[in-house]
Amino acid sequence: MEHLSWLLPESFSTFGQEIDRLYYVILWITGIVFVLTEGLLVLFLFRYRHREGGKAEHSHGNTTLEMLWTAGTAVLVLGLAVASTSVWHHVKRNVPEGALEVIVTAKQFEWTVTYPGADGLVGTDDDFNQRNTLNAPTARPILIHLRSEDVIHSFFIPEMRVKQDALPGRSIRVWFEATEPGEYVIGCAELCGLGHYRMQGRLTVHATDAYQDWLEGAMAEAAQ
Amino acid sequence: MSTTEAVVQTHLDEHGDHGHEQSFLRKYIFSTDHKTIAKQFLFMSLFFLLVGGILATMMRWQLGFPSQPMPGAGGFPDTMAPGGIILPEFYNSLVTMHGTIMIFFAIMPLLVGLFGNLLIPLQIGAPDMAFPRLNMASFWLAVPAGLLMLASFFVEGGAAGAGWTSYAPLSASGEWTGVYLGQQLWLLSLTILGFSSLAGAVNYITTVISLRAPGMTWFRLPLTTWALFITAILVLLAIPILTGALIMLLFDQTIGTGFFRPEVGGEPILWQHLFWFFGHPEVYILILPAMGITSDVLANRARKPIFGYHAMVLAIISIGFLGWIVWGHHMFQSGMNPLLGTSFMISTMAIAVPSAIKTFNWLGTLHRGDIHFDTPMLHALAFVSMFIIGGLSGIFMANTPVDIYIHDTYFIVAHIHYVLFGGSLFAIFAGITFWFPKMFGRMMHEGVGKVHFFLTFILYNLVFFPMHNLGLEGMMRRIYDPNEYEYLQPLQPLNTFISVAVFCLITVQVLFAGNFIWSIFRGRKAGSNPWKSNTLEWSVPSPPPHGNFDGMPTVYRGPYEYSHPDAADDHWPQHLPPPRGGASEPHPAPAPSLAPEGVAP
Repeated sequence: MEHLSWLLPESFSTFGQEIDRLYYVILWITGIVFVLTEGLLVLFLFRYRHREGGKAEHSHGNTTLEMLWTAGTAVLVLGLAVASTSVWHHVKRNVPEGALEVIVTAKQFEWTVTYPGADGLVGTDDDFNQRNTLNAPTARPILIHLRSEDVIHSFFIPEMRVKQDALPGRSIRVWFEATEPGEYVIGCAELCGLGHYRMQGRLTVHATDAYQDWLEGAMAEAAQ
Repeated sequence: MSTTEAVVQTHLDEHGDHGHEQSFLRKYIFSTDHKTIAKQFLFMSLFFLLVGGILATMMRWQLGFPSQPMPGAGGFPDTMAPGGIILPEFYNSLVTMHGTIMIFFAIMPLLVGLFGNLLIPLQIGAPDMAFPRLNMASFWLAVPAGLLMLASFFVEGGAAGAGWTSYAPLSASGEWTGVYLGQQLWLLSLTILGFSSLAGAVNYITTVISLRAPGMTWFRLPLTTWALFITAILVLLAIPILTGALIMLLFDQTIGTGFFRPEVGGEPILWQHLFWFFGHPEVYILILPAMGITSDVLANRARKPIFGYHAMVLAIISIGFLGWIVWGHHMFQSGMNPLLGTSFMISTMAIAVPSAIKTFNWLGTLHRGDIHFDTPMLHALAFVSMFIIGGLSGIFMANTPVDIYIHDTYFIVAHIHYVLFGGSLFAIFAGITFWFPKMFGRMMHEGVGKVHFFLTFILYNLVFFPMHNLGLEGMMRRIYDPNEYEYLQPLQPLNTFISVAVFCLITVQVLFAGNFIWSIFRGRKAGSNPWKSNTLEWSVPSPPPHGNFDGMPTVYRGPYEYSHPDAADDHWPQHLPPPRGGASEPHPAPAPSLAPEGVAP
């Protein structure tokens, strides 16, 4: 059947590849452990099935073996954890300098995007809003101040590998840098009420020059 | 007379009168006998398991055949499914109530209520629980809790629809969901159920500590009892956190407080911290007893001592401890400080270690065994193989960067079902089929049992394994109709396939129900020890009489002395005195209150 792939859909943000790489490392490790353990299980079930007059070995265990697999597991999983911290901090904490800033406000069941006006700053009088459409350039990070007006929503752009809950009463910083122009989906990943399933927005990524054209057009339209 | 003996003596005085005729009401309804209470929990939980299954079926109808009239739903009220077409708000209630009922009213009472009650006194050699009346109260608190939960479907606004996790502020005011009374009943029901669980927990803890038979040292306890003991401690410490949070949320809903409502200065994330501080230990409440059952069945049916008994006990204890410092891994994307995310990732990875120890030790137990493939064994083996999958998929989500993508998608739905269905429920099937003869004095039908197992095992995997792939494609959980998203439309055939598999999975459970009911009345008569087991519950008749043991049993060895070279048979029950002059077996340890801790079997 289709769609039974263990590959991730292609990602289009700068940190997307780092996340995907970690995923594939874990997929390999768990895949090998899966085959080994389930393989041993099936092998033992076949090899040591009951036979007439058969008798089990009386053994309470093997301390050396136990020490070995305990230490092995500990090193593996803790190593994996330590190896992932830098990607996590890169995505969630280290917002790059010079990012384009917008405000995204979630409410049942839509996303409102607030863009800076002519002054280039969000949170000033000349800001303008668009419903359910986020526009971003390539090759420049975009910093989103994520807010919610009512309940918790979760801002999810699958192809950018972005997911962040939007909390009422807080503003949370989310960023990404798109690598390819195109149209992408924004979804809500946190149950937010009866319209949760249709709380959908669209991200348009423009090539760097095209973004400037779009911005000027949008500002002019908003000023009318 | 030591304290322990005094307690036991009081019990014998109260219950020891075996010949005394009890009224029907005292014997079957308001019984203080732990075995009867266990059966009450069994029947209640199986009923709720059915209810939870039906809710899942309706949910899967909507996902498999979006917005088509559901067969047989023509009579549903217009507030749920007008013309048989499920409404989004009813779908949210289905999602919420399926999770709530399965976790709180099916899996938890089966593992803790049924097996805790049935096995703890019998496996430690006690006549009953330490507090039999409190034990009765525990069951009779669970009943009104269950009734309230069911009643919430029929009130105005319908049942709670904010998910089984009931994240505030969605759950804190009916303004956001249209559900007022339903959500309040949900909160009240779980509050009452919490008292039921607490009554059980203090009983189990006291019983294990103070009512062990002479010679039953800590390290001669069967692993099921060990697991239930640690589980009871987790229940005792976790449930009050939930109850506190539930009452705070109820106040937010009803009297206008603002614990979790930001518009009046509250903090939505506080609910998540409180909920998951309970919720993660809860996950281990739902898996530790299952691990214990699996260990007992595996050792028995492989006719071999459990591999690394002490490591198994230590793994149970360390899972119990570590379970308290990993709750934040449910909240990586919640807006919690990302630095906390890192520390929760590390503690979560650490818990993989005791889980791995258990898995390897189960494999070690099978190695060079003499494996008998009876129905309980098949289910226990399913537990091991499915727990491996559930454990491994957990590593993906424990990894904070990878979690960004798969959090709140079907990947987590797959994961939780590999742990709670593939894990807990298969262990429950193993436990019910294994201890059925002890409960009812008859065996379950082996042939039907095997057919039920194989069909359930195959269909289960057809349902839940592809959900990993749905998650990787980016399908969010708890969405009423994935076709709203263009990129999810190609997944519809897979969703339909899963739904059809669910319908088959539910249908084949008829085999279990039929076998269960038929065997109670018509099953082959079981002797006292049909599985040739070592533990104390098999030294008494099936079912055991009121008061369990004819006098106080004495324990001479650990619970897993299978295929011992010095024993005549391939098993060596814990209560059998060593052969005269046998130097290999030490004298029985003194009574538990005097026993030094840490005596090896």
